[in-house]
Amino acid sequence: MNIDLTDTTSSQVNAALVQARRAAGIPAVGMVLTLVIVTDEGNHYDALKAASEASKEHPSRILVVIKRPGRSPRERKMARLDAEVRIAGESGTGETVLLRLHGELAGHAQSVVLPLLLPDAPVVLWWPDDAPEHPSEDLLGRLAARRITDAQATEDPVATLALRARTYTPGDTDLAWTRITPWRSVLAAALDQKHSAITSAVVEGEAYNPSGELLALWLAERLRVPVQRQVSEGPGLTAVRLETADGTICLDRANGSLAELAMPGQPDRHVALQRRDKSELIAEELRRLDPDEMYASAVKFGVSRLGKGISGPAEQPAARAGAGTGGGSGGAAASGSRGKPGGGARPEPAHKAAGAPARTAGGAGDAGTGGAVGKAAS
Amino acid sequence: MSLSTSGANPLRDPRDRRLPRIAGPSGLVIFGVTGDLSRKKLMPAVYDLANRGLLPPGFSLVGFARRDWENEDFAQVVHEAVKEHARTPFREEVWQQLAEGFRFVPGEFSDDEAFEKLRETVDELDKARGTGGNFAFYLSVPPKFFPSVVQQLKKHGLSSGPGDSWRRAVIEKPFGHDLTSAQELNQVVHEVFRPSDVFRIDHYLGKETVQNILALRFANTMFEPLWNRSYVDHVQITMAEDIGIGGRAGYYDGIGAARDVIQNHLLQLLALTAMEEPSSFDATALVTEKLKALKAVKLPRELGKHTVRGQYAHGWQGGEEVLGYLEEEGIDPNSKTDTYAAIKLEIDNRRWAGVPFYLRAGKRLGRRVTEIAVVFQRAPHSPFDTTDTQELGENALVIRVQPDEGITIRFGSKVPGTSMEIRDVTMDFAYGESFTESSPEAYERLLLDVLLGDANLFPRHQEVEESWRILDPVEAYWDQHGKPEQYTAGTWGPKAADEMLARDGRSWRRP
Repeated sequence: MNIDLTDTTSSQVNAALVQARRAAGIPAVGMVLTLVIVTDEGNHYDALKAASEASKEHPSRILVVIKRPGRSPRERKMARLDAEVRIAGESGTGETVLLRLHGELAGHAQSVVLPLLLPDAPVVLWWPDDAPEHPSEDLLGRLAARRITDAQATEDPVATLALRARTYTPGDTDLAWTRITPWRSVLAAALDQKHSAITSAVVEGEAYNPSGELLALWLAERLRVPVQRQVSEGPGLTAVRLETADGTICLDRANGSLAELAMPGQPDRHVALQRRDKSELIAEELRRLDPDEMYASAVKFGVSRLGKGISGPAEQPAARAGAGTGGGSGGAAASGSRGKPGGGARPEPAHKAAGAPARTAGGAGDAGTGGAVGKAAS
Repeated sequence: MSLSTSGANPLRDPRDRRLPRIAGPSGLVIFGVTGDLSRKKLMPAVYDLANRGLLPPGFSLVGFARRDWENEDFAQVVHEAVKEHARTPFREEVWQQLAEGFRFVPGEFSDDEAFEKLRETVDELDKARGTGGNFAFYLSVPPKFFPSVVQQLKKHGLSSGPGDSWRRAVIEKPFGHDLTSAQELNQVVHEVFRPSDVFRIDHYLGKETVQNILALRFANTMFEPLWNRSYVDHVQITMAEDIGIGGRAGYYDGIGAARDVIQNHLLQLLALTAMEEPSSFDATALVTEKLKALKAVKLPRELGKHTVRGQYAHGWQGGEEVLGYLEEEGIDPNSKTDTYAAIKLEIDNRRWAGVPFYLRAGKRLGRRVTEIAVVFQRAPHSPFDTTDTQELGENALVIRVQPDEGITIRFGSKVPGTSMEIRDVTMDFAYGESFTESSPEAYERLLLDVLLGDANLFPRHQEVEESWRILDPVEAYWDQHGKPEQYTAGTWGPKAADEMLARDGRSWRRP
């Protein structure tokens, strides 16, 4: 059931929600959270589709905030709220409200959203594309217990990671981190078995994929060994190699779905490592709403080292991680001292760098580019 | 900087809750792999676990049965079972990864050669798949074969693995048919496997709703204060099935409803409902508390008045004409087997003294439902006139175990209008509404727990024996006195059951 409201207010939207629920004959509210998606007209369809899919696992009230500040001065001055209420049926199990904020109202989204939050239930905020620099200080972000960003959707993913580390507040999380959960679980399971001490590690994956950096940072932080980031053709992450005295523990996924795990002294084994779509990522994010401390330590680990270990001893774990990064997208960072990473500047050089990522031996002493990352981050 | 080989895994951290518990390198050997349970539950559960990424790389599945199959035939059978019964969508790459580890060993349980071949297969898997010598043996076979299977496992050196690897035995109900036979069975199995390596499957305990009983009681504050004799009038635990015995005549006749489900499922539900708070959520602490509750269970003195059994008779159920129990194929027309059983139990401790627990189980009843209803006492004093509260029943909290898992709370509310009239209303929590649309199957959870060695959700042999101690006198009494009362199929059981509660001034809930 759909109800369209033009030039409306939050209380009218609330009334419409109750009316729609009664009409659908589902008075019991089993919804467990409010998911607020902040996006624009162009991107809201995909985001909403993923969220609706995820709401089958987590029945929720989905509020889609679409900002339309307007192009002309006249439009910008006028403020208007249009809403579209959708109940159950095709949009999943919960309720969905599309909120179009016109003109000046686009800057006061929290005033519209606050009255529409479910009582008591936790609030999750998701920026599918452009996220504020400081998610927890954003007016909407402040309403939420959990703030989901996506570094992969930004212009300069690696610099964005550095920014996320600097502005990290408990409750922040990033889909680039969610994407590597299957990798992390297989690697953790591999190390559950007997193995000799790990001396170094390599993470290999396509350029512009912050998941590669995060995985490298996580490994560096947990294992306390030098970790290199190498660039490959993809898709996504392609391999992780952990060097031990007895040989290499290698998890290799060339085709994006079936990986091979090789451990010294053991037969090679296949592991299904499917690349997941956004609805699965969001569903995983919604499963736990407490601060993700592991994400925090991984993402923060990188930032401090990126700053310090510029051309220092190459054995500095994160410096190596940073240097590896340089091999792929360091060019982007080197393109200039942009104030806002992921912001407006067009990172042309980055595209050139990506143009020839053919198995760049990342971190091959590229302290220079690594240093550039450091500068961009600082 | 260096990492010790034996130390804790640096990639694991208790705060890292995204990482699922993945079982270590291991394999599963299923005896009786051609059976219904194996095809409908075990194989799909193995696939679903693999699909969720919870099985270790190299996980292997070995089938053992009296069939002239090759590995490929076995893989085909598993493939069909998975396609038909798996909960999660079929994905080719998961299947590929899994199917590489399928092996089949043809043979009989008395066949030494077959077990020798099984051992070779296990050794081969250790080399080719890296299963590390860790194997669980799932005995999906009638209990009369347990002795020969476990003895064969021992004889061929399969019951203990190399080094610090583990070997576990998984057995299904029935765990005997009375205390003596249960003890014999335990003895047979424990001769070969250590008690802590024997996992008894009670699939009810793998159900989310059953685990939720503990969460409901011990994670919340608003229920536990009422959870005692001061507020609870009585508890009803019901497990009703709408089906008859189907093709299980051979198994069912002579066993009956009480032995089939009350002894295990219903008494486990009773234990979880009645037990005190465990000191922690580990297997030992849970067993301690459940055992305490079961040990405090007392049978009524006059068994004739407080137990009832019945047999379904010819009738119409849900628009279908169905046979009576005695008319079913393969059933002795003079059979005294109970297809319905109701028992009143008391729990002799400070919390529950004087609060009866009514347990009932039966086949061909009104509909399929399993639930625990905690019925509260009426308010000691009511400021309202009796006419106002005429339609008000007793408050109740109902845990719906299956189907439509959830919790209902029933209480009185004023009917809108000018007069004061109070009527029962319900407040409902449905699992399906607030959580994932498909929660894992019980067998998924239980198989994973076996591979992880987590015994929380498995009844220990002491519990099994204690349950038989409760049920044995009832069965003995029934054996000596009379025969089951006939009840029409599709109804809620024999009249005697209603009379049994009426005697106490109560009545059964219609579930």
